[in-house]
Amino acid sequence: MADIGLENVTKEFPGGACALDDFCLEVPDGEFLVLVGPSGCGKTTALRLIAGLDKPTSGKIRIGDRVVNGISARDRDIAMVFQNYALYPHMTIYRNLAFGLKERRTPKREIDRRVREMSSILSLDELLKRRPAQLSGGQRQRVAMGRALVREPKVFLLDEPLSNLDAKLRVQMRAELKRLHQRLGITTVYVTHDQVEALTLADRVVVMSAGKVLQIGAPQDVYRRPANLFVAGFIGSPAMNLLRGTASGGQITAGELSFSRPGVPDGEVVAGLRPESMTPAPASGPALTMEIDLVEPLGESVLVHGTVAGSVVQSGAEEEKAIIAVAGSRAPITAIFPDSAQPAPGQRVQVGVPPDRIYLFDAASGAAIQ
Amino acid sequence: MSSRIAISAPEGRPARARRGGKEPRERREPGQFLFSPWHLILIPIALVMLIPIFWMLVTSLETLNETRHFPPDLLPHTVRLRNYSDVLRQVPFARWFVNTVIVTVASVAGNLLFCSLAGYAFARIKFFGREVVFVLILATLMIPFQVVMIPTFLIVKDLGMINTLGALIVPNLAGAFGIFLLRQFFRTLPVELEEAARIDGASRLSVLFKIILPLSGPALATVAVITFLWTWNDFLWPLITIYTPNNMTLQLGLTTFQGTHQTSTNLLMAANVMSLLPVLLLFFLAQRFFIRGIATTGLKG
Repeated sequence: MADIGLENVTKEFPGGACALDDFCLEVPDGEFLVLVGPSGCGKTTALRLIAGLDKPTSGKIRIGDRVVNGISARDRDIAMVFQNYALYPHMTIYRNLAFGLKERRTPKREIDRRVREMSSILSLDELLKRRPAQLSGGQRQRVAMGRALVREPKVFLLDEPLSNLDAKLRVQMRAELKRLHQRLGITTVYVTHDQVEALTLADRVVVMSAGKVLQIGAPQDVYRRPANLFVAGFIGSPAMNLLRGTASGGQITAGELSFSRPGVPDGEVVAGLRPESMTPAPASGPALTMEIDLVEPLGESVLVHGTVAGSVVQSGAEEEKAIIAVAGSRAPITAIFPDSAQPAPGQRVQVGVPPDRIYLFDAASGAAIQ
Repeated sequence: MSSRIAISAPEGRPARARRGGKEPRERREPGQFLFSPWHLILIPIALVMLIPIFWMLVTSLETLNETRHFPPDLLPHTVRLRNYSDVLRQVPFARWFVNTVIVTVASVAGNLLFCSLAGYAFARIKFFGREVVFVLILATLMIPFQVVMIPTFLIVKDLGMINTLGALIVPNLAGAFGIFLLRQFFRTLPVELEEAARIDGASRLSVLFKIILPLSGPALATVAVITFLWTWNDFLWPLITIYTPNNMTLQLGLTTFQGTHQTSTNLLMAANVMSLLPVLLLFFLAQRFFIRGIATTGLKG
């Protein structure tokens, strides 16, 4: 077991692309840390630097009490699971699991004991004589984790390990992964672009964009108190609605929306509304008139796309909305209604938002206004 | 080729079917002949190719006088197996055969080892001047052997190897073609496999020998087959470096039947048949690698 520290790490690729920019991170011993961000934000680079597969341009990387900058991947006592699993295709599952131990000259009996133990933890016993090509995706995934964990590494690194699985299996493996971490308690760094995975798995989430850390915090923190517009737009599914507005004397106006928030400095602001906190036909409080143009039933609830008067702000994960965006001065907006509300395309409905659930951001800097 | 390595194959594929490489295009009962219009062209061409071999076989069974008939007899009328025993008696055929086997096996082994090492370095290890050196090596493919023959001879002479099998082996231990072919193949293997192995504790050499090479069967076989053919059939270089009959290889030895005044064509052909047998055997065993080798020379592998 060990903690990990990255101090002022910068990674530039030949050609000048900067994947990580003065990146600092502390991972305490035993924590499950998730790096999340859109593709190209540097999260995989950070992972590869910890693993020793790439070298930082500058900065210090520490595992336990050892600075590992000059230490090769094989001597860092880490294990990694790759997105495509990278199982050795020519070896049986048993030999895949045993490979790392063999390379480290572990006694044969010890190898056998550990491989059997790990394969029973991951229920791979039946598969030990097969080859990777004969396994299903979920089984390969488990072998990949087993191969990493059988060495009892100090640090466990995972690079989008679930992204090649189908939706159902992904949910199942997610839970399995979390259970495994609870059981073994290995310091884990997990990279994903899927914010649902990030929220469900992490002890702490690191939201990244363009090589920088935007926010670090517990999943609920990041969700409830996003530090800036990017995090607000990226965390949460469907993404937060961000409406342009102004603040004047503690009174906020964004399109039709009007409410008071004492202490907010005057100026341009952005009001953030989570789709899940919006309710149809409110009795009181700030409200918007929404013109529904698309309805997606989710079972218990309904995802409603529509437009309101006003204009939106684009942030981290707004691509989805751009697709439905309509021309003109109206702003696309998404809300989740209970199924009983029976929304239909073409309807005009009143949408209410509890004033204390409206997020406010400074329009110029993007920073949250508390 | 890389489709064999199904590390990220979508789930639920019938795994067994994929391991053999190509999927069978059409099932055919053994011995069943399916006619295709191509056969109308292929069969005559095949016949043209086979005639010299057949002629050689017939000649090897004739008497010396019969070989001088004109037009030549294409049908065997005598079967004189004595020619074969005569060859074995008159020249050190067994010795030549062993020499050729030694030279060929050593060259094949050398090429497999050194071309793998070099090919891997060019494929995966970043070092200063890698691309330049690689292009230079590739460029040597365009230089005809006749141009480097004399310098090579001088080097081999300085090494004191003239008229030894070493002269035939050492210059052929590695070749630009093998390096190129293996580099191209190694580059198609997923780099994550190597990274996983390195994290698992494997050294560079360990990665090469335990992960890369076991997955490179087809490419290695191609290099082996082509090196074998080239070395087995090489004539010019042994002609220059070897002059004692005991150190000759088969191709060189065959010329001793060709005298200034008389050529024992029937014996020459009998010896030829015997020296051709290993090549034919190899061809039948490794046909698909020949085809692959030729098909991949210009492609990315």
